[in-house]
Parts: sequence; structure tokens; C-alpha cells
Amino acid sequence: MSAITLDNITKTYNKGTVLAVDKATFEVAEGETFGLIGPDGAGKTSIFRVLTTLLLAESGNATVAGFDVVKEYAKIRDCIGYMPGRFSLYQDLTVEENLNFFATIFNTSIKENYDLIKDIYVQIEPFKDRRAGKLSGGMKQKLALCCALIHKPRVLFLDEPTTGVDAVSRVEFWDMLKRLKHQGISILVSTPYMDEAALCDKIALIEGGKILSIASPADTVKKYPGKLFAVKSANMHKLLQDLRSYEGTYSCFTFGDAMHLSFKQDADADVSKLTAYLTAKGQTNLEIAEITAGIEDYFIRITEKLNG
Amino acid sequence: MRTLRFLLQKEFRQILRSKSLLFSIILGPIIQLTLLPLAANFEVKKIAVAVVDHDHSTYSRKLIDKIYASKYFSNGRYRESYKEGAKLVEQNNADIVLEIPHNFEVNMVRDGHEELFIAVNAINGTKAGVGSGYLGAIIADFNQNIRLQWDQPGHFAEAASIDLVNENWYNPFMNYFLYMVPGLMVSLLTGIGAFSASLNIVKEKEIGTIEQINVTPVKKYDFILAKLIPYWVLSMFVFTIGMIISRVAYNIVPVGNISLLYGFLSVYLLTLLGAGLLISTYSDTQQQAVSLAFFFVLVFNMISGVFTPIDSMPGWGQVLSYISPMSHFAAVMRMVVLKGSTFHDILPHFVAIIILAVIFNTWAILNYRKTT
Repeated sequence: MSAITLDNITKTYNKGTVLAVDKATFEVAEGETFGLIGPDGAGKTSIFRVLTTLLLAESGNATVAGFDVVKEYAKIRDCIGYMPGRFSLYQDLTVEENLNFFATIFNTSIKENYDLIKDIYVQIEPFKDRRAGKLSGGMKQKLALCCALIHKPRVLFLDEPTTGVDAVSRVEFWDMLKRLKHQGISILVSTPYMDEAALCDKIALIEGGKILSIASPADTVKKYPGKLFAVKSANMHKLLQDLRSYEGTYSCFTFGDAMHLSFKQDADADVSKLTAYLTAKGQTNLEIAEITAGIEDYFIRITEKLNG
Repeated sequence: MRTLRFLLQKEFRQILRSKSLLFSIILGPIIQLTLLPLAANFEVKKIAVAVVDHDHSTYSRKLIDKIYASKYFSNGRYRESYKEGAKLVEQNNADIVLEIPHNFEVNMVRDGHEELFIAVNAINGTKAGVGSGYLGAIIADFNQNIRLQWDQPGHFAEAASIDLVNENWYNPFMNYFLYMVPGLMVSLLTGIGAFSASLNIVKEKEIGTIEQINVTPVKKYDFILAKLIPYWVLSMFVFTIGMIISRVAYNIVPVGNISLLYGFLSVYLLTLLGAGLLISTYSDTQQQAVSLAFFFVLVFNMISGVFTPIDSMPGWGQVLSYISPMSHFAAVMRMVVLKGSTFHDILPHFVAIIILAVIFNTWAILNYRKTT
């Protein structure tokens, strides 16, 4: 059985004028970590809210843990954990009181499921008498994860769990998710960070409410058509203009400390011809190397096509 | 039941932890109840009278002495002309200018009649009305005395006068506190109830915790009850403190049955908390909720009859007053405390408040369902 299924889910806001989710269809297998990757406003949170029974979709069907999100919403609420993008625990209660509260309203106790949260909880346990509102960003995320896990949910929903968290805490957080996966919990996680996408079992790329691609991270980058080159030079600003005006160029973007360049046809991918062109333009210290595309490259490539 | 217990535990923990909330719902009313009755006094005292005496006669002297002998008028100033007297009013140093004309005494004795002129600063309507009333009474009394002096013994007075003897029922000594303290208690409890109830659900909305609660198996009625019960209990507690203060500080002992007051209050609070909840369901932020609650509490207060009599309101005001829960509580409070009314006497108010409780709460719960 699938942990989550979506079948042509559509959601609009403002009486149908704003299309947030457009016929989204995907499936998350039991025990899988599924990433929903897309920029802000792509419709990720709307999908989360439909699946967590907080929002009714206009059309389409969806199930979570085998239960229908509309007809059997009460059963879903018993067996999911939800961590919204915004920190939403009681700031005026302490760490321990928050955890205890969420355990008791699910008719369980911290003790009963301590194994599940142990790895995470030990990190915040020294602060268990501190009010949740006084915790640092990373600590808050850990507490929120603990609270979402305390009743041993079958499906875990994490809506942008690492937005606004420092780089070290982000890595730690994903390590924790990896461990949860071994406990057999299915996870749907959304993120605007492409580097985190690689850590999922499967990813869906979403933009403008449309699901553009569903595959494993490795298969996703393989879908990249043609060759991709990284180009560097002494004058990076002028390099971008020069590359964009090159006749064979399909697209060129600044990417970290290099330009990622793709060509209209593989025949255009002639390094010596490009070098000659750039040298004529006065570029020095040229470095041109073929690279394998990342998820972000692919994302830019397909959204570019989408936007014409 | 088990869930409700945990929710209540959480609510009380949050309330007891918030110092500003505790202050505004417990300490605040205590301070207000000890100070406000002294300040919110309708009695008008220390009216400043400026006298412009053009006559300087025995009669004018006597009249002025009589006015200043009254406890309601503070010693004013003498001015030579009306213009100067009016200037004092402009500077806010006098409330009334009394002008005694030339030949006041002569005309009085010769013609048996003379006119005085009073100019009143009507910026403060109450003070102006009451002040000119007092002054008129004093002058009438002065007039009467002079007539009596002139009348020869055995000679009937030309105008027979009627003396009125009045008795103040339920408050024989016109004790101001007896009337005002119960009214202020109604006003305070209404404020606390409406504000705290309108804030608490919207607070969870604003912080986002309601999302987290909504994905749990917690039932809506459990959640709402857990929000209402703490404030119901706290308001009862504040009322008890208020009763103790009015007993100790103002020596007010309700003539009627106290349990009747508690009985009515318990239903009144349901109405009020329901109204607060309703505001909560219509607002997205605490700021919106406070603005709305402030508006309603102000209107409730104005038309409640606590500060002004309902009977003198225009027709629509009386209708508004009837559908405002606060006026019923104010009426019952005064009926029971001052008059010793029984359950039978306050039954119409009881029925009205129960109907209002049902309306507000049903509306609130329906609207809460809709928004989530």
C-alpha cells in the first residue's frame, strides 16, 4: 500500500482566480522519503495542507495511509505527524511541557515512544525547562520534529523544515530524517534547496502548481538533455553577456563561481570554437570543462521551457 | 474528558504564566474597584462662581454669603464688570458668572421684584446643569426668606408655597457607592470576559498553533470548552473579590440573595464568553480581535444603564440596550444588591440572558466550523 496518493488534485484560491495546485498526481511508497522541490509559491504548502486535512481540494482524490482525505479525515489525524513551515508550538510552554502536551492529546506518553525521538531529544534535553519561544532556530526545529513524532506517526509531513536554519543544523536535520526512514516512517518533505533534494529517495519538481518531473534524484539529473559546461574567466560579469550572445548558446546562468552553459545542439558544443570566440572578446584566464548536470540545472532547464 | 483535562491543564498553565494577563484580569479589577468609585462620582462639587456685584448693598452681600456658605460652591472671585467675569470663564477659572445689577436692593424693596443674571460655562454639561440648578435653588430660597421678613404677622403670604418632603427608597441616604459600585463591577467583569475570550483563540491562530492542534484528534468542542472554562472560573473569582471589596471598603451588603447573583453571573459569563469567541472566529490577528472587542465593550457600557438611565434613551437605544447582555446583568445586580429582588423579580432578565447565551454560542461554534 502507498503511504500517500494524489490523483489530479487541484486547488484554487480567491474564488478560482489563483491556481495554487494544478492537477497534481504522485504517489509516495511506504517507507519512502519523498521530496517536493520547488521555489516559494510553487504550491508545496497547499499540497501539504490538503494532505493533512486542513484544506479541501476543489477536485481530485487523495489518500494518506490508505484513508481518504475528505471522508476519513479523522482517521488520518490519528496517524500523521505534521511540522508546518512556521514554528507553531506553544512559545510560553517549556520544551518538556510542549512534548508532553502533544503526547497526551494523542493518548500516549513520552516514555512510550521515547526510542523514536531519543536521538533528537537528547540534543534538546539540556534545555527541557526552557520556554520554547526562547530556543534558537535549530533547537526549535528539533523540538517541532520531536512533537510531530511523539505519537509514532505512520506518515510524517515536513513543510520546509530547514528554511531559516543554519547550514550545520540543516545537515544534522537530514541525518535525523535518514534515521527515521530506518524506523519505517514514510516522509513527505518539501524544500526550496536543491542540495537537499539529492538526499531524498524520490523527488517531484514543482513550479506554478504543476508537477514537472517525478523520479529519483539520480534519474532526475539523467533526464538533462545535451551537454553542460562550466565556464570561468577573469571577468565574470562580461563573461555572462558574452556567453549569452554566442550563437550556439541555449542558456547560460551564474552558478556559484562559474557559468553553467548549455548549447542548442550537441554539435555546437565545440570547446575550441568557444575558446576562440571568447578570446576574441578579450576574455582571459579561461577555464571550460564539461560537467554533469545537477538537479538545479535540470530544474532551470524545464521551468525555462515552461515559461517559454 | 481525558483530552479536555489535558487541554485545561495547558490553558491554566499558560494563563498563570502570563504576568500581564494575570495583572489585567485579577489585580487590575481590584485596583479599579478601589479607586474608580471615588473618581467616577456624579456629585458636582467645587463650582467656581465669579460674582460681579454692581450694587454693594446689604441684600447683595447677604445673597453672596449665602451662596458661598454652600458646600457646592468654592469661593469665587469678585470682579468689577461682567466682561472681567466672562474672562475668568474663558480662562477656565470660573464655571458661573453671577451679575447683580445696580440698585438691586432698592428695586427689590420698591418694586418687590428684581432680576439677576447668570452666565454658565456649558462645556461640562453636567456641571453646568447641576451648578445653575443649585444656584437657582439658593436664590429662590433667598427670595423666600425676604418675603417672609416683609410679611406682617397675621397676614397671609401672597403666594402660598408647597413644601415637598421626599424619601429615597432602597437607598435612603442616597449613598453614591451603593449605586455605583455594583455598576462598576458589572462594567469590569464585562471588560475582562469579552477581552480575554476574544483574544484566546485568535492568539492560537496568529501564532499558528491552531494548525498543529487541527491535525491532532482533538475534538472542536473540547478545544472550545478548554478555552472558555478557565476564563469562566477566573471571572467568578474576580467577582468574589469584588464582592469582598465592596463589603470591606464600601460597606455594601446585598439585600438580596448572593447565590442569585452567582447564578445569574454564571449564565451571563456564558453569554459574554460566547460573544468573545464569536469575535475571535471573525478575526485573524489579536489586533483585530481587540479592536472589535473594544468597540462592543464600549457600546455595551454606554447603553447598559450603569452610567445613564435606560429610560431616557431614545427608542432605538432602549432596543439596543435590551439586546445587550450587559444591561441585564447591571439591572439584576442593582435589583438584588439594593432592592433585595427575588428570583421571580429577575426572571425576565434571566430568560433574556439565556436566549442571548444560546444565540452567541451557537453562532460562534457554527462560524468556527466554517473557517477551519
